[in-house]
Amino acid sequence: MLDAQDIHKSFGDGAILGGVSLQVRKGELVSIIGPSGCGKSTFLRCLNFLEIPDRGTINAMGVTIARDGGPWRRAYEHVAHRLRTHVGMVFQNFNLFPHLSVLDNVLLAPRVVKGETGPAERDEAMALLEKVGLGRVAQRYPVSLSGGQQQRAAIARALAMRPEIMLYDEPTSALDPIVAEEVLGVMRTLDDEGMTQIIVTHDMRFAQVASDTIVYMDGGHIIESGPPEILCVNPADDRTRRFLRTVL
Amino acid sequence: MKHGMRRQLARFLTVPHWLICAMLMVLLAGGGFPHAAYAEQPLRWGADASADVPYTFHDPNNQARLTGFEYDLMQSLGEHISKPVQFVQNDWDGLIPGLQRGLYEMVICGIEITPEHAEGIDFSIPYYVTSERIVVRRSGPTLSSLEALNGHVVGTMKATQAERILANHPQVQVRTYDEETNVFMDLVNGRTDAVLIDGPIAQYYGATNPDLQLVGEPVGTVSYGIAFAKGQNAALREQINTALQAMKKDGSLHRILARWNLWTPQAAAWADDASTPAIEPVSWNDYVAALHGSSGWRAKVARYASFLPLLAKGAVLTLLVSLCAMVLAVGLGLTLALLRLYGPAPLAALSSFYVEVVRGTPLLIQILLIFYGLPQCGLNLTPFVAGVLALGLNYAAYEAENYRAGLQSVARGQMEAALALNMTHVQALRYVVVPQAFRLVMPVMTNDFISLLKDSSLVSVITLTELTQTYIRLSSTYFDYFGTGLMVGGAYLLLGLPFVRLARMAEKKLSQPHIRRR
Repeated sequence: MLDAQDIHKSFGDGAILGGVSLQVRKGELVSIIGPSGCGKSTFLRCLNFLEIPDRGTINAMGVTIARDGGPWRRAYEHVAHRLRTHVGMVFQNFNLFPHLSVLDNVLLAPRVVKGETGPAERDEAMALLEKVGLGRVAQRYPVSLSGGQQQRAAIARALAMRPEIMLYDEPTSALDPIVAEEVLGVMRTLDDEGMTQIIVTHDMRFAQVASDTIVYMDGGHIIESGPPEILCVNPADDRTRRFLRTVL
Repeated sequence: MKHGMRRQLARFLTVPHWLICAMLMVLLAGGGFPHAAYAEQPLRWGADASADVPYTFHDPNNQARLTGFEYDLMQSLGEHISKPVQFVQNDWDGLIPGLQRGLYEMVICGIEITPEHAEGIDFSIPYYVTSERIVVRRSGPTLSSLEALNGHVVGTMKATQAERILANHPQVQVRTYDEETNVFMDLVNGRTDAVLIDGPIAQYYGATNPDLQLVGEPVGTVSYGIAFAKGQNAALREQINTALQAMKKDGSLHRILARWNLWTPQAAAWADDASTPAIEPVSWNDYVAALHGSSGWRAKVARYASFLPLLAKGAVLTLLVSLCAMVLAVGLGLTLALLRLYGPAPLAALSSFYVEVVRGTPLLIQILLIFYGLPQCGLNLTPFVAGVLALGLNYAAYEAENYRAGLQSVARGQMEAALALNMTHVQALRYVVVPQAFRLVMPVMTNDFISLLKDSSLVSVITLTELTQTYIRLSSTYFDYFGTGLMVGGAYLLLGLPFVRLARMAEKKLSQPHIRRR
């Protein structure tokens, strides 16, 4: 489904990722945890080429991009474009388009990228908004929504492109725990429907309860990964144990 | 419904560049061959009729009609050479450049035959000979000779024989002017003590003013000649010379000058014509009557009302030039800003170079360069196209910086979110970043448009009679700077107001969408 091999990335002199590899099966829900600055967000952003890895190979749904440290070529853009048709993304700060209503936020990308403008798309967008519980605020502007509503709108917007894989970059970090629950509820629903999801999060409770796999990263490397009942209860590495002790 | 409108608006705001390209093409195509259409070309002559009493000017009794002794002379000259003649208006400073770029074949505008002038242009034989006269305030010191002027402030016209004469008297403080009316205005207001100026001007501006009088003997000799482009049109010049000789012989020149009360003993001696036919100075009488007949408030109101069509004409041109220029400025400005921020390095550098150069040089010079300079490179633009192009290219530099600031203040996450939704960079800019940037810079754009509306007055230097040029013409014909000034100021204000309202509406609609909560 998604296979990242030996991803390297550095900004200037600082190496952020020192060869990260991860395989994700279809329908799996993977949580990536780790201390701030461990490279987990950068790794997630590499998966849809928002950050361009220096070296490494990414294969998502049969689309492969391989970089060997050579110069960035225009041809990569086309491959990145194809890769992103399979991968949706949700951001910590929602990044809704403030100049468009919630419904238009959802409709924009299908219209612009795929040229879908008919009433069918409108119905589909409304259905997505209903699904995340925002049917009644479809005509409102993002600025008038609560944080939880905005994040759910952002999920609906990403789903409108019919991705097979969803990436979440700390989706609940800007929300209080009660509002966060609305968002996590949506992600659980998607998991039940078989969506493949990768989540960078600080919310250990959610990671523990909902994940199929938890990945612990530190210092630009994956230290260990496994199902929550093993990783959280009996971690193999000292660093994982220390981290879990502080957050749990 | 509202969604459709918003989308259309967004589209309108984001894709003007192709529209502008098309518009430019049309304009350029129209400007490429401006004068090729005439089959039987009339003989075109240039002059500045904005205030030039008694040479060529707009009849105070009927602003739509031209008159003046040179105007009458040209009509008679046309009959003598059996060719239609056509008047072309141009600013005084642009008269000779216009000759060189072929806007007209000759200039007749009281140009004195001097060795300096003859270096740049060819002259016909003289068509009138006069001298300089001293004009003073009745209530001021009577300075009746050149020597008496020493130690006083003396006004005259820029780059004339009188100015050169005064330059030989270093103790005279010389003040030079562009417009005849201003020379006499300052004398009346006491800013100068005397005026030394060509005989006809002294007579029409000085002698007609109850506060002023002509004193002393005429000074020196001034010969007016028709100007031709240097080294060209020798055949035409020959033809004109022959016709002028004929007009001197058959008395038609005498009749014209006498009608304008300009047949002086000096002129008679020059023309070798001692005859004294009984010719009433009707044109002179008409002018004097027009000047004095307009003192009552009824006459004033009627006169102001008669300005309205002229002002409307000027306003339409001002608006048209400004609108076209703004469309060009917005399109090019946006392109420049996008190139600078997102384009490849060489284009980004080029864009910033353009902004620095255009922003750092005066608009007036750019207008003159495009209109008078480009023909030397083979690009001959009509005044309108040149004006729009100059204003548009200039304002594009300012707009580019506005849009750059606007684009940069759109959060980075917006671009990322759009890319993550699989839009291309161009789509992300067009549908997400640029519309938001436009909302941010809307107030500044309104500002710039109002500013452009006023800067458009500079295109009057390339023969376009817009509002400001109309003001100069009207105010200097009637010595009325105040009333006319209020009218023209009001006209500018009226032109700008709709755009301020429009921008305010657009701002309300666009910049704070949360207000439109349902």
